[in-house]
Formats: sequence, structure tokens, C-alpha cells
Amino acid sequence: MVYKLVWENLKHRPVRTLLSSLAIGLGVTMMLTLVGVGEGMLRDQEARTRGVGADIIIRPAGSSAIGITPPNINERLVAWAKEQPHVTQATGVTIQPLGGVSTVHGVDLDELSKMSGGFTFIDGRPFQSGQEAIIDEYYAKEKKLHVGSAVKILNRDWTVTGIFRGGKLTRMMLPKTVLQDLTATTGKVSVIYVKLDDPKQTQAVIAHFKQTLSDYPIYSMDELASQFSVNSIPELKTFIGVVMTLSVLFGFLVVFLAMYTAILERTREIGILKALGAGQSYVLGILLRETILMAIIGSVMGIGMSYVTRWLISTFIPASMTQAIVYTWWPIASGITLGGALLGVLYPAIKAARQDALESLSYD
Amino acid sequence: MTEPIIAIRDLRKTFRSGEVDVHALRGVDLTVEHGEFLAIVGPSGSGKSTLFNILGGLTPPTSGTVIIDGQDLMKLSDSGRTNLRKKTVGFVFQKYNLLPTLTVGDNIEIARDIAGFKGPLDQQFRDVIETLGIADKMDRKPRQLSGGEQQRVAIARSVVNHPAILLADEPTGNLDTENSTLVLDLMRSLNKKLGQTILMITHNPEAAAFADRIVHMRDGHLHAAA
Repeated sequence: MVYKLVWENLKHRPVRTLLSSLAIGLGVTMMLTLVGVGEGMLRDQEARTRGVGADIIIRPAGSSAIGITPPNINERLVAWAKEQPHVTQATGVTIQPLGGVSTVHGVDLDELSKMSGGFTFIDGRPFQSGQEAIIDEYYAKEKKLHVGSAVKILNRDWTVTGIFRGGKLTRMMLPKTVLQDLTATTGKVSVIYVKLDDPKQTQAVIAHFKQTLSDYPIYSMDELASQFSVNSIPELKTFIGVVMTLSVLFGFLVVFLAMYTAILERTREIGILKALGAGQSYVLGILLRETILMAIIGSVMGIGMSYVTRWLISTFIPASMTQAIVYTWWPIASGITLGGALLGVLYPAIKAARQDALESLSYD
Repeated sequence: MTEPIIAIRDLRKTFRSGEVDVHALRGVDLTVEHGEFLAIVGPSGSGKSTLFNILGGLTPPTSGTVIIDGQDLMKLSDSGRTNLRKKTVGFVFQKYNLLPTLTVGDNIEIARDIAGFKGPLDQQFRDVIETLGIADKMDRKPRQLSGGEQQRVAIARSVVNHPAILLADEPTGNLDTENSTLVLDLMRSLNKKLGQTILMITHNPEAAAFADRIVHMRDGHLHAAA
């Protein structure tokens, strides 16, 4: 019976219930979107790294497993790597940050194409001269670029000659030597990708590499993939913590205000319940259940809205961001929001439960 | 000889209004027997509503003795008075006081739920619903009912847990003459058929005439009818 009263109370003020639930849901959406973007971008980066087709990755000395690294590996190491046992291919790539998480890669397209199994061009062709660039389908969609478009990179105008199917290393590629010249890093690369004749030899080859390149982080593709997690990025974890705190605060304020006004409005009804013999725990139980139900509705809406944010991101900024749906965070985000909502209802609910029956019945 | 269902001796109630002490009840003595239909008549400010609120456990007495169905109200704590409202007394108010979000059936059901009663309605109460003429209105919300119908629902709700006493505060105060007569007839019928003890507060002598006994209240004192 109590649940029926709770449900009817929520139905009685549908707009308020909807808006309160929506506001609660926004907290869930904030968390799910943030975690989803973090996870999505890491997965996307992992997929693009795997798309290179390499078995081993050599990064600059002193660098971390992921993150943008300046080109400071001597390019002669690429030639050296090619001569090592079991190595069939090796290619060096130059990475130049463009601000934020955007980068442009300087590549030897023939080498990279051979290693990755070839590029699929949706439109156009590979670059041929020093003023040409190729971009992936997501970058083209986000920036509304097509073959023949001019694109400004590093204060220079480039002509887009090809749009390739995504999932290969990066979104924007320039001829490596041109980028090296432009950034005064001739003879230097950021990362070396190595392909073996037999992937089973990966650990043995890494061990062999480390004998010579002891200061260089050298990873197998699986080792690198395992680093693509939120836990590897302390800044992201901190940011998620901030958003979680904001969500609790948001849920708290929304429910506090909604329930405070609801209780004021329902003073007389609370008086009726008390006249019928309802004790403090009964009244408290009704309001807590209402809040829990509102938080559940809000969580479902929040989860739904996270699909909307994913659609918005994939439609309008597919190259800048990728949002994954992280199911394991559904109960976490809902639980955190519920916690905030319960904190918010505590004071109004206790106030209602302690209301004097007689005064409440006299309330108009 | 059975004990009276209500026994009040030298009941006093003083409450603070601003910086002034208001003596609402100044030594009330009253005995109500089982199955009696008693009307307390008096003008506004006579103290009759204060007496109603004390008997209903809505406010504690200041001094005196109030025994209701064997329970001494002076000794009851807040939770004790809550329990009194659950099972010993049933209320009918002037403003009906139905929960607007619930249907008629649910308004009745929630009174049972609060009192901890489960299961189907007993036959005696089903007969009461028939008598009150609301059996076909159980799925309606209060706003879909007339004032008279709402008050009949309130009466049904007040007796669903078979309380020892039905307390009615100006039950016809918001009704027209026809509905007033109907409601009072029904209350009288409950009293006669089920032996329901009823204590009705009213300022209306015509309404009071439906009771077995009338007492008058003035300035915090009770006086037997002339």
C-alpha cells in the first residue's frame, strides 16, 4: 500500500517528478559520459595502435606507455631494428601535438601500409608531394573536409588528397620527412613500430632489444593494450572523482529542494497520515521510498541520456572524441546519485516525520 | 457493570498563544458509555475542539485524568498516542481529509495498512460500505466525488479498523442540508447497528439532535443539556 501511495504521489505532480528525475539523471549522465569518453578514447587509441599491425613498440627513453611523446628517437634505430632477428619490418613515426589531444603523424606511408595490411581509401589517394595530407573518415566528417579541401596544420596549408577508413594509427597523416623538416626534428622519430615473422617470438625479441636499448620502454602490443585503461591516467581518475562529487552534490540539492517543497505542499496530507496513526518511521519510509523511486527513474533517464551524448559526440565530433557505453559504471553512477539523493531527502524527511499532527491538519 | 469507554476527570488544557496562557479546558468531567452517541455542542472558542484533539491523542492534556478504552492518556508518550490513533479512535473531520492522490478504496486501505491490518476486508465492514453507499465508488479519486460522498468515505475510513470510539469534528460543517441529514443518518445507523461509540463535536443544534445525549460546552466547561 505504501508503494502505491508513493507512486501516486509521484504521478500527482508529473512535471515536478519528471524534472527532478531528469536533474538527478543529469548527474548519472555526467558520470557515464565522462567515464565513457575516457574509456572510448582509450579503446579507440588502442584499436588504432593495433591497426598498425606491429608486434613491438619502442618508445622514447623516459616516456610512459601512453601519451604524446616528442620525436627524440634517433631514426637510425629503425634501420638497426630492421636488421635484428625475426624482424620483418620496422617503421618510425613522428608525432606532433596540435593542442589538446589532437596530433598529426608523420609517416612513411609505404612502410606503414605494408605493415598494417594496407590503407583503404574511401575517397582520393595517398599523399605524394610535400603539401599533401591524408585524413581518416571521422576527421573528415567532423571538420566537413573532402578530397581537395585545404586544411591548416602547423600554420601551413595542406591539401587533403585522400580520406582513409579509420582505425589505422591516427586521424591525420603527413609525409614523415616533411613533418620532420617542418618541426626541426630531422632524423628523429617518436615511436618505432616493429613487425616480426613470428609473433610467438615477441618476448624473446623484446629481451634482445633491451640488451641494446636498456633505457627505452619497449612493449609488446598486448602489454601496451593493457595500459590503455582509466587507471593508467591519474588525471582522468581525479577528474572522474570531481564529477562524482559534483553529481552527489547535484543530486543532493535537487532532491533537497524538490522534497522540501513537496513536503511543504503536502503538510496537510502528512497530518492526515499522522491522524490515522502513522508514526515517524512510516512517514519517513514514504519519503525515502519516493526519493529512491525518483533516483531510479533518474538513473534510467541518465543512462538513456548517455546514449544521447554518445550519439551527439559520434555525430558532431567523431574525430575529437569517442564515447563508449561502460555498462559496469551503470550501477556505480546510479548508486552514487542515489546516495546524493538520499542525503538530500534526509532533512526534509526528518522534518516531515517530526511534524505535529495537529499543526499539519490545520495547514491550508 | 462495564467500565465507561471514556472517563474524564478534571481535565485541563492550557496552551501558550504568544505571551499569553490560554486556558482552553478548565476542569472537564465527562463519562461516555460503550455504544453511546454523544454530541458536544458549543460556540467557537468554547474548548470543544481542544477536547476532541485530546481525546484523539492529537495533543496531550495539561492535567486531569482521561481514560479511553482503559488507556490513561496522561501516561501515554507520543508513540503511545500514535498507537491510540491507529486502533482505538477513528476520526471524521469537517474537511473530510482524504488523501487526494489515492482512490476511495486506497484511502480506506491505507488506514488498515497503518494499523497493520492485512488481508481482505471483513464482512461487517463490507456491509458498512454498502450502508454508506460508496461500494461503487472505490476506484474514484476524492476530487471526483461530491462533499457528501467524500464525507461518507471518511466515515468508512474511520471505522475500517473497528475503533472503540469514532470522533467526529463538525462532520456536516461543509455539507448542505440534504447531505448533512444523510451523513448524520448514516452515523446514527452505524451507532445503532454496530454499537459504534460516537462522540460528535458540533455547533449546530440540528446536527446534535441526532445524538443520544447532548452536552454543552462553554468557556472550557461542560454542562449537561437543559
